[in-house]
Amino acid sequence: MSIWENLGLVYSLLGAAVAVFLAGAGSALGVGIAGQAAAGVVTEDPSKFAKVLVLQLLPGTQGIYGLLVGFLTLSKIGLLGGGAAQIDPQTGLLILAACLPVGIVGLISGKSQGETAAASIGIVAKKPEQFGKAMLFPAMVETYAILSLLISILAVTAIQI
Amino acid sequence: MAVLQMQRVSICALKKDRKAILERLQSLGLMEVSQPVEDDDIFQRMDTTSPRLSFEKKAHTADQALDVLEQYVPRKQSMFASLEGKKLVEKEQFRKAAEDREEIMDMAADILLCSRQIAEKKAAILKDENQIESLSPWLGLGVPMDFEGTEHTAMLPGIMAAGTTLEDVYAVLAEQLPQTEELDVEIVSSGPDGVYMAVFCMREDAGAVEDALRQGGFARPSQTVPEDPAVRTEELKADIGKLNREIEEKEEEIKARAPRREELEYISDYYRIRAEKYQVLGTLPQSGRTFLISGYVPAKAVPALQKAIEEKYDCVMDVEEPGEDEEPPTILHNNAFSSSVEGVLESYGLPHRGEFDPTTIMSFFYVFFFGMMLSDAAYGAIVAIVCFVALKKFPRMSAGMRKSLKLFMLCGVSTIVWGILFGGYFGDVVDVVSRVFFGREVSVPPLWFAPLNDPMKLLVYSMAFGLVHLFVGLGIKGYMQLKARQYLDFFCDVVLWYVFLVGLIMMLLPSEIFRSISQMDIVFPPALNTLAKVLAIAGAVGLLLMSGRDNKNPVLRLALGAYDIYNITGWLSDVLSYSRLLALGLATGVIASVVNQMGSMLGKSIAGVILFVVVFIVGHAMNLAINLLGAYVHTNRLQFVEFFGKFYEGGGKPFEPFENDTKYVDIKEETIS
Repeated sequence: MSIWENLGLVYSLLGAAVAVFLAGAGSALGVGIAGQAAAGVVTEDPSKFAKVLVLQLLPGTQGIYGLLVGFLTLSKIGLLGGGAAQIDPQTGLLILAACLPVGIVGLISGKSQGETAAASIGIVAKKPEQFGKAMLFPAMVETYAILSLLISILAVTAIQI
Repeated sequence: MAVLQMQRVSICALKKDRKAILERLQSLGLMEVSQPVEDDDIFQRMDTTSPRLSFEKKAHTADQALDVLEQYVPRKQSMFASLEGKKLVEKEQFRKAAEDREEIMDMAADILLCSRQIAEKKAAILKDENQIESLSPWLGLGVPMDFEGTEHTAMLPGIMAAGTTLEDVYAVLAEQLPQTEELDVEIVSSGPDGVYMAVFCMREDAGAVEDALRQGGFARPSQTVPEDPAVRTEELKADIGKLNREIEEKEEEIKARAPRREELEYISDYYRIRAEKYQVLGTLPQSGRTFLISGYVPAKAVPALQKAIEEKYDCVMDVEEPGEDEEPPTILHNNAFSSSVEGVLESYGLPHRGEFDPTTIMSFFYVFFFGMMLSDAAYGAIVAIVCFVALKKFPRMSAGMRKSLKLFMLCGVSTIVWGILFGGYFGDVVDVVSRVFFGREVSVPPLWFAPLNDPMKLLVYSMAFGLVHLFVGLGIKGYMQLKARQYLDFFCDVVLWYVFLVGLIMMLLPSEIFRSISQMDIVFPPALNTLAKVLAIAGAVGLLLMSGRDNKNPVLRLALGAYDIYNITGWLSDVLSYSRLLALGLATGVIASVVNQMGSMLGKSIAGVILFVVVFIVGHAMNLAINLLGAYVHTNRLQFVEFFGKFYEGGGKPFEPFENDTKYVDIKEETIS
């Protein structure tokens, strides 16, 4: 079977890949940035390890959202069950479009959240008792990742195959 | 569900009872000392800085000695050591340690001395080792390094660049000093950092030879010893051995004191308590015969205080309401269920004076939303059981930790309920296991509906729950305004918003947009539709006219009103923010099914079962950890940003009583009867 007959499937898979890879890359950047700050704090005071680890993990959720949409897409097009569904190119493009929000917003918000988390780790380094407030700032950034995840999920589940 | 009423208690007593009263107050721990009185001719403050500093220093010395002991004789600590809390000791035991304080402090000083000596000896060893290192290339020299030579010959020890050979050296010498022939060059050792050599020549040629060699890159060694390097090295090695033995002796000396660690802990706390007492003493106004102490006491603790102080000593105790301009500290008082979220409220800020304590209302929403975000019955059960066991096993953990664990236990229970409603048990593990390993698919039907099959429905419910949360928040604002008798503010800021929002929602419900989102067909009778429009318009007009009521300028007033109506976008974003309830709930379920799917890839075989068990344990542990964190952070966010944003200011001071503020142990008090 030639690729041209299965263009729909290719587009759909591309969508799943975009969701996982962009959002995952965003999280990797974010967790990396926050991790550098966290490592610096732990050199000074190892007892803050648990607190800064929590903050470092906060930008990790975008990758999970990407995975989630990717998985939903894969199960939607039947690649996981073994028999791939027949998808026309139009539907494939729809699925690709549906995957874009979580991918792109995940990439950007993941990095920004990592920067915010690094700043919050600075709060914990100086004022560990303000941990509750420090955790909120990165969570603010995450709101937009959640909104994009929502639209991606709703769109993927709404597309009829 | 409230903030405890505070009263200002002032005691004026005789100086002869000063020590007894202060110690009694400190052990009761009921009063936050705050002196409103300034110094005058009669009442003056005592300077207690120097005794306080000396006590703090002693407490610090004991702490340092404990650190040293911990370094040489580490105590076994379980993973859950942080849950254990402070030990409880009998007062008698503590008092005994306090009586021996001189001796215990001597011991602490000894321990510190030993540790300092060990450090010095280690530094000496390091110095010796450095010297051995720098001597090692010269080991084969056989004569002292500052050897002057014999009667007619001179020795020039030195280093040349790595790779220099004997021929090179002779070549350099031959070129520079063609007529000098009485020369002998001996290479002692050569290594990557240079060639070490000794050059022998006639005494009268020494200057010229050295100059000639310098041209070829020759340099005298930076360090010389007046002995044979080999002999010197042996001496240094012997010295290191001796130092090592001495270090061991000192270490034994320290280790011998490990059994008395507890006494050091008592004494550290003893001095800490005394330092605190002297700190308070320094703030007390005193006259020739009397002294004054004043501070905030929770109203319900006042009788206990009266019984303990007023009836026992000759004193006057004055109890009054805090003045208008005072800001007394805040203590929250809630029932067993709601008190578990007090820690969450504290991390945002305690209510200031006269502000409503939102703990009770918040606690219900907190547990409800948390469960909805985690939404897996098995995860909920794990969290609840772990917290329950920890609570039972460590009865002496700190109050804050106890509250957090209790909160997570309650949230775990709520998660179980939501998991059953949504049909999530480790995601879809029942379906997967029954299909792959038993060949017949069994599934546990959700009690309500499965979110993945109908996300739109859950989205609408999430926002509806959010709307209820926000309306309750606005309601609390109204309640506070009514209590403060600001009736006009109540009408303009709260009632008009309710009218406006309810009108808008009633207009939205029967509309085409809502129908397409929720797939729910809501048809209102025409009268209700008209009512909705009337409410929305009345609310909007009311807000337009009234929001800027503080301004005399009518144009500015209208502009401010229009701006306030624009806040409807804030409400919209607040409500949308609750979509995270759906998103995080779905995330838990979907990742759990990814884990199950990955585990069952090898199908029904022995390897398949092993893979499944491994992937199941690792995957679900990770999923639980990450979603637990997510649920915690985002539940906090919904409370702090959306809910508190509607009414709550915070900024109250926590109650910090004058008490036995210990680090290692709690002292068992005879109960106040």
